Amino acid sequence: MNKDFGWKVALIVGTLLVFLYGIFGIPQSLSGGGLLAAITNRIHLGLDLKGGTHLILQVQVNDAVNVDSDNAVEILKEQLNKRKIAFADISKPDPANAPDRIVIKGVSPEARKDLLDIASERLAEYDLSSGADNSWTLTMKPQMLADLKNKAVTQAIETIRNRIDALGVSEPTIQEHGLGQYQILVQLPGVDDPGRVKDIMQSTAMLEIKQVLGGPYPSEEAALQDKGGVLPPDAILLPGHGAPGAAPGEQAWYLLSRVSAVRGKDLRDAQPSTDQNGQPNVRFELTGEGGQRFFDFTSNHVGDSLAVVLDNKVQEVANIKEAIRDSGEISGGSMSEQQAKDLSMILRSGALPAGIKYLEERTVGPSLGSDSIRHGVTAAIIGMLAVLMFMLIYYRAAGINADVALLLNLIILLGFMGYFEAVLTLPGIAGVILTVGMGVDSNVLIFERIREELRNGKTPPSAVDQGFSHAWITIVDTHVTTIVSAAILFIFGTGPVKGFAVTLTFGLLANLFTAVFVSRVIFDWVLSRKQRGEALSI
Amino acid sequence: MEFFHNPNYDFLGKKWYFLAFSLVFSVAGVFSMLFWHHIPYGVDFRGGTLVYVKFSHTPNDNALRSAMDHAGLHNAKIQRYDLPSDNEVLIDLDVQETSEQALDRGKTRIIGALETDTPSGKQDLNNASFLTIKNYLMDKDPMHLGSDADQKYTQQATGIVNTRDKVLGGVFNSFDQLKSQVDPGVLSSLPDGFFLSDFGVRNVEIVGPQVGAQLRKQALLATIYSLAGMLVYLGFRFEWIYGIAAVVTVFHDTLITVGAFSLLNKDISLTVIAAILTLIGYSNNDTIVVFDRIRENIKLMRREKLADIVNRSINQTLSRTILTAGLTFLTVLALYLFGGEVLRGFSLALVIGILIGTYSSIAIAAPILVAYQDWRISKGKRAVAMPVRAR
Repeated sequence: MNKDFGWKVALIVGTLLVFLYGIFGIPQSLSGGGLLAAITNRIHLGLDLKGGTHLILQVQVNDAVNVDSDNAVEILKEQLNKRKIAFADISKPDPANAPDRIVIKGVSPEARKDLLDIASERLAEYDLSSGADNSWTLTMKPQMLADLKNKAVTQAIETIRNRIDALGVSEPTIQEHGLGQYQILVQLPGVDDPGRVKDIMQSTAMLEIKQVLGGPYPSEEAALQDKGGVLPPDAILLPGHGAPGAAPGEQAWYLLSRVSAVRGKDLRDAQPSTDQNGQPNVRFELTGEGGQRFFDFTSNHVGDSLAVVLDNKVQEVANIKEAIRDSGEISGGSMSEQQAKDLSMILRSGALPAGIKYLEERTVGPSLGSDSIRHGVTAAIIGMLAVLMFMLIYYRAAGINADVALLLNLIILLGFMGYFEAVLTLPGIAGVILTVGMGVDSNVLIFERIREELRNGKTPPSAVDQGFSHAWITIVDTHVTTIVSAAILFIFGTGPVKGFAVTLTFGLLANLFTAVFVSRVIFDWVLSRKQRGEALSI
Repeated sequence: MEFFHNPNYDFLGKKWYFLAFSLVFSVAGVFSMLFWHHIPYGVDFRGGTLVYVKFSHTPNDNALRSAMDHAGLHNAKIQRYDLPSDNEVLIDLDVQETSEQALDRGKTRIIGALETDTPSGKQDLNNASFLTIKNYLMDKDPMHLGSDADQKYTQQATGIVNTRDKVLGGVFNSFDQLKSQVDPGVLSSLPDGFFLSDFGVRNVEIVGPQVGAQLRKQALLATIYSLAGMLVYLGFRFEWIYGIAAVVTVFHDTLITVGAFSLLNKDISLTVIAAILTLIGYSNNDTIVVFDRIRENIKLMRREKLADIVNRSINQTLSRTILTAGLTFLTVLALYLFGGEVLRGFSLALVIGILIGTYSSIAIAAPILVAYQDWRISKGKRAVAMPVRAR
């Protein structure tokens, strides 16, 4: 017998133990239920097997760019006014598609140097270029633009994670969805009714407090008429609930200052509460810095009105009776207790830097998930038994060898999945079944080659030797090509399909070890026990 | 036991039959893709809404149809799913019902169309989430628990949801089915807040147009990269002509498989693409086994004609080819028969593909090698386009 035999057996037994640990960990008990619990603890089921919601959403990154360029327009106007440079118009010609493009028209050629100074001092993230008819164009530097957009996505992920955590969804997945542009993948196991979660995630939650310059008006036209047809440049018109005492559902329009006294990031805390009439509302508190700004603002505007604006809708209008430092409330007409709870949670989690849009939604109910497990496992067991039986009948004693290799292959595959915390999906179970079918190919290749060598009159030991060494080359080639297609599937696939690629790859890697190394050791052991010249059962 | 004992078939002599066979199937598939069923994209690729509903009784097709029409969903496709006795139906809306502003509008409309007589103020227990049920119980407190209500009602709501989803497969026929599962107080309070519709939603898939286009592109890219990967690897391991022959073979398999889906008008979903990529790997395996043997035999039989060497190699590996194909086919067949409806498309692609993939490595890949060499000889070039490089 080969002197390395002992080491090889030790290696195999060691591998077996290591991967059994990967599957089961240290089980609490050795009963069937205990083992099952141990497996599900290590190997996670995909959404398609345990039920849940899978969403892909897209961050409207142009929103974030628009905020920045709006700000740039303000800075530009302020600076030009300060330097007493006349201009005809500053505008963004196409905010939807080119949100970073700002066009300045009608600046006299003498002001060229001032304009360049302003751009380099105050708007360093923009490129300035001159055009025809004394016009100039500002566009954001490509690197800055890309950074801004990526930051919007990262920030959106952060905010959405805060909100989902606050909802108490267990083991959610929230990550950038690399296959699309500015997309986020959200998986919520166990959530089979995604309506409320979706609303909460989608809410931009941009909170602002602004000065009321006029209103309420019954319609937009009425507001314009009141101001002589043109809105003041530093004002905006926003809709809100009707005036106090108006019928519910009635809309009113308010003329508000464009600049906000307080913004969402000045918020320190928000909690559901009730007003003096027992109606649910949300109380919020401001940070030190925000509170100081709010204090300055309210001190200067005693007697004026302020508006609490959420996502560009006026929620609350109140008269400033005295200087206020650091708190306020939102009741926004009639709010239910649940709405007050959700809103305060959304405000605490911070604003989304840009709006989001849902692109894909898949919900698997738990009843379908458990059906799928049952079907998948049934198919796996039947397929597996069929293969094991066939190998025994066709190859006799060598069939045992192949069957041992196959079972070990399966243990290593599941153990791999346990260690890598891979997710088992329904196509993943199919991958396991295919691994059995395709994994047995290596055994067949080797056995057929051994039979061929035996037919050519070789002795059993030399036939086994030749069989393995010839088949090895083929096995490497076939495995590499299949792993290449599995890897591509992993890169391009999503969700369940990824699970399939993972099990197939792990299965094939394990197969290299079991069908070649383990099977060879078993053959060596069998041969060592045979008399010289005795036939091999294959 | 042995199926083939020293087989010696003249495979290359039959190459024109093979060519005719492959042409008939490819052309039929391509015709269907162009002029008949086109490429039957599943919801993943075309976008749209798919709602999978289980009824408590056998649904009446005409009634379903008219309910959909009534709700204005004239293009809804209604398909029976799995066994008729399971009372399962798939309702499929095309992408027009799936605007990106309100992605789930189609779903809401389908459920609205099915929920015909809803008692006002009550919720549907067959489609209520765990949280809805628990909140209702907490609110009503039918067990008069007071302080430790949360834990108890979580338990009760879990019991209700589990009975519905795990035991009954998704729908209650009557409240009595909960008799042994929940507290009698809870059971008697349920009808005050809930009613039972005759269906439960098991699965919803909504894919917006943007994602559909994105997934189509990815599927195509994945297939192309996979083929390119094979070409490069085989070119590196053998000679370029081997790589080209293998890729042409695999392309042939893919074309026929997709063509078969078009002919049968079966939806091509993401998992079907996964199956096709697996086939690319599988068919290549088969081809490589034959190529490896050809390479080996060329060294041993330098005097013989390539056609003879190829024929000999196919025959020597025939036993293995048939066995492996048979065993893989066995597992895939188990998947097709027992794997359930969700995997049906996937396993169908594998069933077709394994037959075609096995056939093609013998009937397509090997003849290409010989044809290439004949062509080289007719051009007066060096005869053997075979690997002599050392590994």
